Amino acid sequence: MIALIFRRFAGLIVTLLLVSAIIFAVMDLLPGDPASVILGTSASPDTLAALQKEMGLDQPLVVRYVAWLGGVLQGDFGNSYTYGVPVAGLIAERLSVTVPLALMAVFLSIALAIPLGVQAARHQNGAWDVFSGLFSHVSIAVPAFWVGLLLIILFSTTLGWLPAGGFPGWDAGVVESLKALFLPAVALALPQAGVLMRVTRSAVLEVMNEDFVRTARAKGLSEQTALWRHAVPNALIPVVTMLGLQFTFLIAGAVLVENVFNLPGVGRLAYQALSQRDVVVMQDVVLFFSGLVILMNFLVDLAYLVIDPRLRAGVR
Amino acid sequence: MTFLMRRPTFSIGLVITLTLIAIALVSLVWTPMSPTKMQIVHKLKPPLAQGFLGTDQFGRDVASMLMVGAWNSLSTSLLAVAIGATLGTGVGVIVAAIRGVTETIVMRVCDIIFAVPPILSAMLLGAFIGSGRFTAIIAIAVFMVPVFARLTLGAARQIWTRDYVTAAIGMGRNRAKITVVHVLPNIANQIIVQVTIQLGLAILTEAGLSFLGLGMPLGAPTWGRMLSDAQTFLGQAPWLALLPGLAIALAVMGLNMLGDGLRDLLDPRDQT
Repeated sequence: MIALIFRRFAGLIVTLLLVSAIIFAVMDLLPGDPASVILGTSASPDTLAALQKEMGLDQPLVVRYVAWLGGVLQGDFGNSYTYGVPVAGLIAERLSVTVPLALMAVFLSIALAIPLGVQAARHQNGAWDVFSGLFSHVSIAVPAFWVGLLLIILFSTTLGWLPAGGFPGWDAGVVESLKALFLPAVALALPQAGVLMRVTRSAVLEVMNEDFVRTARAKGLSEQTALWRHAVPNALIPVVTMLGLQFTFLIAGAVLVENVFNLPGVGRLAYQALSQRDVVVMQDVVLFFSGLVILMNFLVDLAYLVIDPRLRAGVR
Repeated sequence: MTFLMRRPTFSIGLVITLTLIAIALVSLVWTPMSPTKMQIVHKLKPPLAQGFLGTDQFGRDVASMLMVGAWNSLSTSLLAVAIGATLGTGVGVIVAAIRGVTETIVMRVCDIIFAVPPILSAMLLGAFIGSGRFTAIIAIAVFMVPVFARLTLGAARQIWTRDYVTAAIGMGRNRAKITVVHVLPNIANQIIVQVTIQLGLAILTEAGLSFLGLGMPLGAPTWGRMLSDAQTFLGQAPWLALLPGLAIALAVMGLNMLGDGLRDLLDPRDQT
C-alpha cells in the first residue's frame, strides 16, 4: 500500500515537471517573447535587446527553464509586469475568493445531486426519474456564466435580494462576503449537479441489486436504512471520481463566473492578465491550475484505494 | 422509424440539431436584417417591437445576429472537434498497434494536456499570439485530442484481442493493414457518438471564449459575445441575455440527446 502510494506520488511529480516544461516550451516557441510584449511593437531593436538581456531571455531555453523551475520550487513565480509584485502573492491573495467559491459550489452541487440521484434511482422510471432526467439534460447544457446572468436578472435587478457582483472582502464581514459568493456558487453548481446526479443515479441503481443490499433488507432493515446506510455509501465511489474529473470544468467555470460577478478571484486575475498581456501572470495561473487538476486526480486515485480495498490487490 | 418512436430523446436531439444546422446554413445567404447594421433610433427594442426578437444597444437585429451566431459557433466548434478527433483517433489507433512503452508515454502526455482547461490555454495563447478564431480552434482542438486518444486506444485494444485479428496476424497481415481493415471500421461508431457529444462541449467552450473576447474577431456576431455585451443592460433589456444563452443551451442539449440516441442506435448489444 505504502509502496503503491509512493509510486503514484512519483508519477505525480513527473507529470507536474512535464506540465511545467511544456508550458514553458510552448510559450517560448510562440511568436512574441515577453520582452516585446512589454515594450510593444514600437520599441527599437536596441531597447528590445537590452530588456531581453536583463530578463535573461538571451540564455538558452534549458538554462532559463531550470532557473524558472528553481524559482517556482522556492515559491518565486516571478514578478507581474503590470503590478510589479510577485505573482505568488497575487495568486495567494486571490485564492481567498476562489477557494471559498469553489468549495461552496461543490457543496451545493452535492447537496442537490445526491438526493435527486438517489430518489431517481429508487423510483426508476417514475415521475422523479423523469424530472431528474430532464433536469440533468438541461443543466449539463447551460453555460455556468449564463446561469450567472439569469440569477443576476432575477435576484439582483428584479428582486434586489442579493448583490449583482463585486466582493466586499472578508474584512467587511463574513455574512456580507458569503452573500456575494452565493449567486456565483449557484451558477457554478448547477451544471455540475446535472452530471453528478446522473452518476449517482446509475451508481445507486447498480448497487441496489448487489447481494449486500439484499442482505441488509433481508435482516429486516427498512428500505430507507438499507438504501442510505448500505447502498449509497458504496455508490459514492463513482461520484467521487466524477467530482475529480469535473474539477477541470469547475476551474474553467470559475474563470467565467468570476468575470460575470466581478469577483476578485484567480480567474478574474487571469482575465486581467490577458487584457494587459501580462504573460508571467498568465503562465503562472495556468501552471497553478494545471497543478491543482493533477493533484486532484492523484487524490481521487488515493481515495479510490482507501474506499475500495479490492483495488489494492489488483493494481500494478 | 420504429426506433425514432421508441427513442424520443434521439428524435428531439435530431430535430434540434438539424434545425440548428439549417439556420446556420440559411444565415450564409439570408437573414431578416443585416446582423451588423446599426440603427441607433431602434436601440434596445424588446422582441416583436422591432424585428422578430428585438434589437441590441446599437439597434442591430437580434434575430439576424443569432442566426449568424449559429453559423460562427457551429463552424468553429466543428473545425475544432474535427481536428481534435482526427489527431486523437490517429494517435489512439497507432498506439494500440504499437503498445509497449509508447503507450505509457502517450497516455501520460494525454493526462497532462487534459489537465489544462481549454479556457486557460486559450487565454495563454491569446496573451501571446492575440485572440481570434484560430486561437479558439487550437485551444479546443488540443483539449479534444486526449479525449479521442483515450477512447480509441481503449476501444482499439479490445479489437486487437478479437479472434479475427489473431487470424489476420496469423495470415501475415501487417499491423498497419489490420488497423485500417479491422480496427478503424469497428470503432467508428464509438467515435461518431463521441464527436456528437464533444461538439456540444466545444460549443459551450467556444461560447465561453467569445464571452471573454477570445473568439471570433470584433464585429462578427457570436452567441458568447452577445452575452458579454448584454451584461451592461441586464436591467433594461434582459432578453439580450436570455436569447443567446437559450440558443447555446438548446444547441448543446440537442447534440447531447443526439449523442445518447446514437449510442443506443449504434451499439446493438445495449438495446433492450
